[in-house]
Amino acid sequence: MQFGIFSVGDVTTDPTDGRTPSEAERISAMTQYALKAEEVGLDVFATGEHHNPPFVVSSPTTHLGFIAAQTEKLLLSTSTTLITTNDPVKIAEDYAFLQHVSGGRVDLMMGRGNTGPVYPWFGKDIRDGIKLAVENYHLLRKLWREPVVNWQGQFRTPLQGYTSTPAPLDGTPPFVWHGSIRSTEIAEQAAYYGDGFFHNHIFWNKEHTEQMVKLYRRRFEHYGHGAADQAYVGLGGQAFMASTEAEAKRVFRPYFDNAPVYGHGPSMEDFTEMTPLTVGTPEQVIERTLGFADYVGDYQRQLFLMDHAGLPTSLALEQIEMLGTEVVPVLRTEFERRRPAHVPSDPPTHASLVAAGPDAPHHLVEPARARAEELAQQAEVTA
Amino acid sequence: MSRRIVVVTAGLTVPSSTRLLADQLAEATTAQVTARGESADMEFIELREVAGELATFMVTGGIPTPRLTELREQVAAADGMIVVTPVFNGSYSGLFKMFFDALDKDSLAGTPVLIAATAGSARHSLVLDHALRPLFAYLRAVVVPTGIFAATEDFGSHGLSDRITRAAAELAALVLSQGGYGVGGFAPDLAARPRRTSGTKVAADVTPFGDLLRGHAGEA
Repeated sequence: MQFGIFSVGDVTTDPTDGRTPSEAERISAMTQYALKAEEVGLDVFATGEHHNPPFVVSSPTTHLGFIAAQTEKLLLSTSTTLITTNDPVKIAEDYAFLQHVSGGRVDLMMGRGNTGPVYPWFGKDIRDGIKLAVENYHLLRKLWREPVVNWQGQFRTPLQGYTSTPAPLDGTPPFVWHGSIRSTEIAEQAAYYGDGFFHNHIFWNKEHTEQMVKLYRRRFEHYGHGAADQAYVGLGGQAFMASTEAEAKRVFRPYFDNAPVYGHGPSMEDFTEMTPLTVGTPEQVIERTLGFADYVGDYQRQLFLMDHAGLPTSLALEQIEMLGTEVVPVLRTEFERRRPAHVPSDPPTHASLVAAGPDAPHHLVEPARARAEELAQQAEVTA
Repeated sequence: MSRRIVVVTAGLTVPSSTRLLADQLAEATTAQVTARGESADMEFIELREVAGELATFMVTGGIPTPRLTELREQVAAADGMIVVTPVFNGSYSGLFKMFFDALDKDSLAGTPVLIAATAGSARHSLVLDHALRPLFAYLRAVVVPTGIFAATEDFGSHGLSDRITRAAAELAALVLSQGGYGVGGFAPDLAARPRRTSGTKVAADVTPFGDLLRGHAGEA
């Protein structure tokens, strides 16, 4: 199982001293978190992508390339890449390039973006959000899998005889996750291609996360990629730790109360009850996190949000240290103990995808196409 | 079969004249449903009790609290509604609007609704037709013809109870006449379509991806 951290890259004033980090400080801090993640044995660092303040994370490949140069093992991912407003041609090129410079330590998480105005700024319409995610991702798959692409879609200028360069490392496209909080179409998309499904899980109640993941698992099986419990599931999570629960609550409360998204809303206690946020000891975080598998099933990737809401760099680094040294080693053992043998421990990596060979379904643009057609025919016969 | 009628009341004080009016409307509606040989269960939602949760829901971009999830499901399952708001600055109160803003846009479609408002003065009486009726028209609810407006002085008059009886009779008739669109196959059966959604559950049926991809697979 992979463990790591994911960031949204917000520049937020520290409510305890009123200090706002500069963009340079925030970017530098995020780099330090990634290096710390590798140092303490975490597997994944994922950065968000936003094109509006208060976020700084507009250029994930630049940042991940910089981190790749300073790390050996860390898997570099996004949380998320905007498949709606970015040009899929540029995504294909940028992330293939990142694969090359990082030695294949790349996967991506697709998402649709967080605010309406981002769409028109990039010449798109938010009402087409789902359609853009469908069409652009399909084009991206082709660009990574077909040497020469001819394309005419609804949203992008057509392509004639286009070859994306560089080609993916070892001719093997990166593994892709589809992140969605509540769009069933995106869970369906992940299931259709046999890709991973990531639920951000930090802002919503577990009952909702459970329903979304179940839907994805059921459809993953429907499209013939394996049994429902073998589908690739990733979850977010959020924690703040100290040696005692009281201390953790005391330190984190001002950050919680003023946080973007949920600040000035529910009490920390109510929010802890409603969502996976845990503010307490490492033992409490372990217990809570192990409980996630009780409602989503045994899963493959767990990312934690540890660096938002204006937490000072030193504090966030401490949190990542505790996560890597006290929490994750126990989680690894315990998650493996409960996992049935037929459920994959890890999601696909570059190494495993290369090992699977060029004939593996991963190399098909539409690995489920034959199965989908067969199902459609059956439906017609019974109708 | 007993009909579920949800009574939403947005009074801010205890005791509240808005709640007093809601009680009278509920009682009259129960009497009218009973008079037609059926029964009605009245389920009250006091918005005052969830004011904080509604505010939380708003500022967190729609993170549902367990209590709000229950209320949303309750509304989507109702056979009819009675909604009562105090008048603030010529319109429904903000608390009242927040509740309906927190519902799924399909949760009231086709549902009979009796609208009512309380105010200090009869000068606000057009609030029913200028504020409440358009709101529920937007939500595709079926608003009964008689709306109930009660200014303070109406609580000392006989006319109010007559109007309440009339509105309750209209609501009862609509609630009891729901369902059954004639002989199957001769016209599109609206009743057979997915009815209303509370917005709290992930839809069990999904559009197959092949359909989503149609026209987007880019074959040049």
